[in-house]
Amino acid sequence: MSSPPPLISLHRAAVRYGTTLALDGVDLTLQRGDRLALVGPNGSGKSTLLRLLHGLLPCDGERRVHPLQPEERLPTFAMLFQRPFLLNLPASWNVRVGLWLRGVPRAEHAERCATALQRVGLVRLAGRPARELSGGQQQRLALARAWALRPDVLFLDEPTASLDPGAKREVEALIAALAADGITLVMSTHNLGQAKRLASRVVCLDQGRMLADLAVDRFFDGASLPEAARLFVKGELEWAT
Amino acid sequence: MGHLNFRRRMLRAALALAGIASTLAPAAVQAQEPRFIVVASTTSTEQSGLFAHLLPAYRQASGVDVRVVAVGTGQALDQARRGDADVVFVHDTAAEEKFVAEGFATQRRNVMYNDFVLIGPKADPAGVKGKDIAAALKKLSAAGQPFVSRGDKSGTHAAELRLWKAAGVDLAAARPAGYKECGCGMGPALNMAAATDAYVLADRGTWLNFRNRGGLAILVEGDTSLFNQYGVMVVNPARHPHVKAAMAQQFADWLVSPAGQQTIADYKIGGEPLFFPNAVR
Amino acid sequence: MSVLSESFGAAAALVAQGDGALWRTVLLSLQVSGSACLIGAGFGIALGASLATYRFAGQRLLVLLVNTLLALPSVVVGLLVYLLLSRQGPLGALGILFTPTAMVVAQSVLVVPLIAALTRRLLLGSLAEGGDQLRSLGAGPGRTALLLLVHERFGLITVLLTAFGRAIAEVGAVMIVGGNIDGVTRVMTTTIALETSKGDLPLALALGFVLLGVVGAVNALIGLMQWRGTRTPAQAFG
Repeated sequence: MSSPPPLISLHRAAVRYGTTLALDGVDLTLQRGDRLALVGPNGSGKSTLLRLLHGLLPCDGERRVHPLQPEERLPTFAMLFQRPFLLNLPASWNVRVGLWLRGVPRAEHAERCATALQRVGLVRLAGRPARELSGGQQQRLALARAWALRPDVLFLDEPTASLDPGAKREVEALIAALAADGITLVMSTHNLGQAKRLASRVVCLDQGRMLADLAVDRFFDGASLPEAARLFVKGELEWAT
Repeated sequence: MGHLNFRRRMLRAALALAGIASTLAPAAVQAQEPRFIVVASTTSTEQSGLFAHLLPAYRQASGVDVRVVAVGTGQALDQARRGDADVVFVHDTAAEEKFVAEGFATQRRNVMYNDFVLIGPKADPAGVKGKDIAAALKKLSAAGQPFVSRGDKSGTHAAELRLWKAAGVDLAAARPAGYKECGCGMGPALNMAAATDAYVLADRGTWLNFRNRGGLAILVEGDTSLFNQYGVMVVNPARHPHVKAAMAQQFADWLVSPAGQQTIADYKIGGEPLFFPNAVR
Repeated sequence: MSVLSESFGAAAALVAQGDGALWRTVLLSLQVSGSACLIGAGFGIALGASLATYRFAGQRLLVLLVNTLLALPSVVVGLLVYLLLSRQGPLGALGILFTPTAMVVAQSVLVVPLIAALTRRLLLGSLAEGGDQLRSLGAGPGRTALLLLVHERFGLITVLLTAFGRAIAEVGAVMIVGGNIDGVTRVMTTTIALETSKGDLPLALALGFVLLGVVGAVNALIGLMQWRGTRTPAQAFG
């Protein structure tokens, strides 16, 4: 089995906030096509690791971004946050802002915006002020904004944590559809069921350290987990062995 | 898509803003009006209402707008020294002569005089009422009643200091109890005197026009040393080339001309003239 | 207290009479302070937004300076601008001293720190909420500032109204650089100061009420425009 090319590799990466060590000596290589879930209790460093992979934070240690093959260019990133920040503008304008910031030629804006909104099912609400949309609709809009940029890697920081169950399902379905299109996903979540549904690979963190890095089925069968990780999984999923 | 409507609204807002901004342009354009001169004069002259009477007559006669900036005498002379005025019209002969000696004007000319009066509470606790200002001031300094001095280097203030000196009271050595310097114009000084039942030296013009008299009245008047001489000077274009010398000279000439002098004499309040023209021809 | 009710009545009478001189003075006040706010906004909003989104050496010091300048007395601003515009000063050749233009300059200088400080405060809130997200979308400090200004445009209106209130109510600066020249640079506040000095307190108070009424009308008008702007028009398809 040929291993897919690496996109981002971290070696002994550590992140400090003042005197606190948020991430301690993490080794991780993200591969193209991964659907990576970062799980762990609050404060374990999931969000920090996510931002570090994206490049939003400085770190001690090594972070390398590898060019895509065969395209011979660096991968582009986009990120979805737990509470999306939408500007006080109509929904479609929020998508266009994303395109503008990324430097997409103006001529392409209308079409890419329309396609993105169609993909997430928000065409009808394109003219509504973004702030008036429901929680689920806002997250779908954020997804449209990210997707319109045609990123190679999509980072998601607890994307459904603030949503009601119906919205949660809608957004998850969209994320799964995007993954099926070939986008590499890195998602932090405290919802293990979600990790099981969406991920191909799971990394478990605790207090800034990586406890486990396994393929999703091996992660959840319980046998190969270190003790600390197994306790965490057991705590979150009553029926896990 | 919805962005069209939003765009329309933003455009409307921008147009409204531009509309507002365009009404503000005239304020800036006003500065370009060519035929005007700036006259530095004093607050007492302004507050007597003389200019409201005099300047329309002058505009009629000459077509030139006179813009009066009214500050204290000292400030008016300093302003002219800096070149920020074309004409100086104040009432402190000694300071004016110094101004000429310094070369900021080529001459000063008498225009008119008015007089000062000593104002005080009607009950007159210091007993100064009469016609002799020197005696009155001596009594005031002994009695220690509140006295408001303008203390602002104005013509009135300079006159006040001269009168204390002539009365033999040395302010530097021994300030009379109750002597208060407000560093303010004639009007505020009168306000203060009215509020605290104090004595104050004022020019008749401001007093006649003053509305907030409280319990105050004129107590001493008519003493010749109370006469207050006004002089006009054109700022020397040799010192400040940008001065509108021709129009300034025209105004100064008009003030001392029979026409100007008559206009001054015609200014009355309640039938009483405020200023007495005395230009030398 | 009868002075107050007497003055209020006098104010109503003044307004009803439609006295030409009064309305010209009111108009001049509005023009001078309005222009000053717009000009001050140009500099102040840019400064305030930059102080919010950019990180540079000495930024803390600059913020401290701006906040301190909020307490700059208007008469001091007037004096500084006077020295600037005086014939002996660096910009004397412009010859704008004792004209409404000078008054606009002085009031613009006065409101810039206020607008900057308030704009910065306004943006810091949104910046905390979404600064990270804008950065992840690829926005640098300049574009972040621009987007947040658009995002907070209604808050900006309030900032400008606050600055307008400060400008139209001040007397120290316009008195010194304008000279309170009758018919040319006499505005509401300097007229009130003059009438007070002449001892005509009821008239001064009455003019004060008129000024308050005018400013209240401006605030109400802007408030109305804002309310209409934030109402959601029912939209199906843009």
